Amino acid sequence: MTKKKVVLTFPAENIEQPITYRLVKDFDLILNILRAEIHEEETGRMVLELEGPDKAIEDGIAYLKDQGVDVTEAARDIELDIDECVSCGFCTAVCRPRALQLDDETRELNFIKENCILCGLCVKACPLGIIKVKF
Amino acid sequence: MSKTFDEINQKIREGRAVVVTAEEIIDVAREKGAKEAAKMVDVVTTATFGPMCSSGAFINFGHSDPPIKMRKVWLNNVPAYTGIAAVDAYLGATEMSEDRGLDYGGGHVIEDLIAGKQVKLKAIGFPTDCYPLDEIETCITLNDVNQAYLYNSRNAYQNYFVATNSSDRTIYTYMGTLLPKLANATYCSAGQLSPLLKDPYLRTIGIGTKIFLGGAQGFVSFEGTQFNTEKERTENGVPTTAAACLALSGDLKDMTTRYIKAASIHNYGISLFVGVGIPIPVLDEDMIEHLSLSDEEICVDIYDYGVARRSRPNLGRVNYKELKSGKIKIGGKIASTAPLSSYARAKEIAEVLKGWIQKGDFELSAPVASLPKHKKPTTLEVRSKVGGSCD
Ligand code: SF4
Ligand code: SF4
Repeated sequence: MTKKKVVLTFPAENIEQPITYRLVKDFDLILNILRAEIHEEETGRMVLELEGPDKAIEDGIAYLKDQGVDVTEAARDIELDIDECVSCGFCTAVCRPRALQLDDETRELNFIKENCILCGLCVKACPLGIIKVKF
Repeated sequence: MSKTFDEINQKIREGRAVVVTAEEIIDVAREKGAKEAAKMVDVVTTATFGPMCSSGAFINFGHSDPPIKMRKVWLNNVPAYTGIAAVDAYLGATEMSEDRGLDYGGGHVIEDLIAGKQVKLKAIGFPTDCYPLDEIETCITLNDVNQAYLYNSRNAYQNYFVATNSSDRTIYTYMGTLLPKLANATYCSAGQLSPLLKDPYLRTIGIGTKIFLGGAQGFVSFEGTQFNTEKERTENGVPTTAAACLALSGDLKDMTTRYIKAASIHNYGISLFVGVGIPIPVLDEDMIEHLSLSDEEICVDIYDYGVARRSRPNLGRVNYKELKSGKIKIGGKIASTAPLSSYARAKEIAEVLKGWIQKGDFELSAPVASLPKHKKPTTLEVRSKVGGSCD
């Protein structure tokens, strides 16, 4: 049995299949939804841990891709060098779960790690290159 | 009651000047009223810290022995323009490096120089009898070069735009990453702290105005390129889109990387965060009206960057208080908002400048000439085909 953590990005159009149900039913995988950020008519994201034999995980991922879901390996951690941060806000533009937020009062950047779904979008959005992703 | 620049400077010299930031003046005016505030406060400090692409540095390297007339110049593999005198070059902030693409460019060289790092200089010459050398390669630091000064042709924009994207795909712009279907919107102004929003008719800011630039004392050199006084204004006189702007210059050797920082904007290009602070003298009661405008009273128009044309569709108008709340409504949809310009660092600059003036280290300078009262940019009409002639 292997465990694999992946980030799923759903297109804004609704997916026809109840995919988590299918993963359990058809591929016999044990699922653990770590984070989910899904709203109607918006690109959705989910961080999922898949547990099962290698082959089943592989097939399950292939099925997801078939359904138009983008599957990437989840980062283990996001690191932000806060001393170098200028609080410009570029990263907050792409962080849908609002893990990166500017403080209402000071307007300085806060990184609320509990909200982070490890999608990694902020890494490239930071013009100073001070956000790093660890796999 | 009115004051002159000279009277205010006399107070600064005597350590009696009352200086507040553009944020603090809002409360002062609210509590005391415009008349009293104008009497009480002498100077209001404004500031901004955002990516300003139209930035760059003039460098005079000093002469080598034997001398060289530089025809082409690279600094850390970033080309600089040297079609001027023998050892002068202009390094544009947005210039990309020849080996590292969008990860490193002119802005990064400028930041590295200010940080005191060694920078590789490579030059190809055009050998003449007086300049025999045909090539040079050496390492320089900011200390070594004869002169280096920032000359930015368009900075400190008076207001800007809100950018959003109605298209079906994520787009990468100088306004950052814009998610599809109006999911987010970005803006780039310090709002109530921003210099030209607080003196919207440029009564006190003109050519020769002494400013805070990148941590040093700098100057307004000229009107900025694409300077525009003819944009629509709200009733309080504030333009709702990018209007006036300034050309700025200052000595790189006195600047710090806290207030000058290179930026790599993903899939777009390189830019430079520039910290600018401008002191505004409270000459009379009328000035308080503008100086005390708060985020809520400063509006800006929303444009659809999903349409890549010169005229983008206008999708409405919001104020900076709404933008700062993190969410705005665009055509019935909720878009999350994000700034690109750092309010926190702008506030810090306004405080630093206030400190300089209070200590008597910085006096105000009246403009030697006003910026244009009426000016509007022209556009480029494409009349001939690629490869065609102008006859
Ligand atoms: S990886 Fe970055 S953008 Fe994605 S949720 Fe975490 S902090 Fe936000
Ligand atoms: S984009 Fe980078 S520098 Fe700007 S606020 Fe985010 S982490 Fe800080």
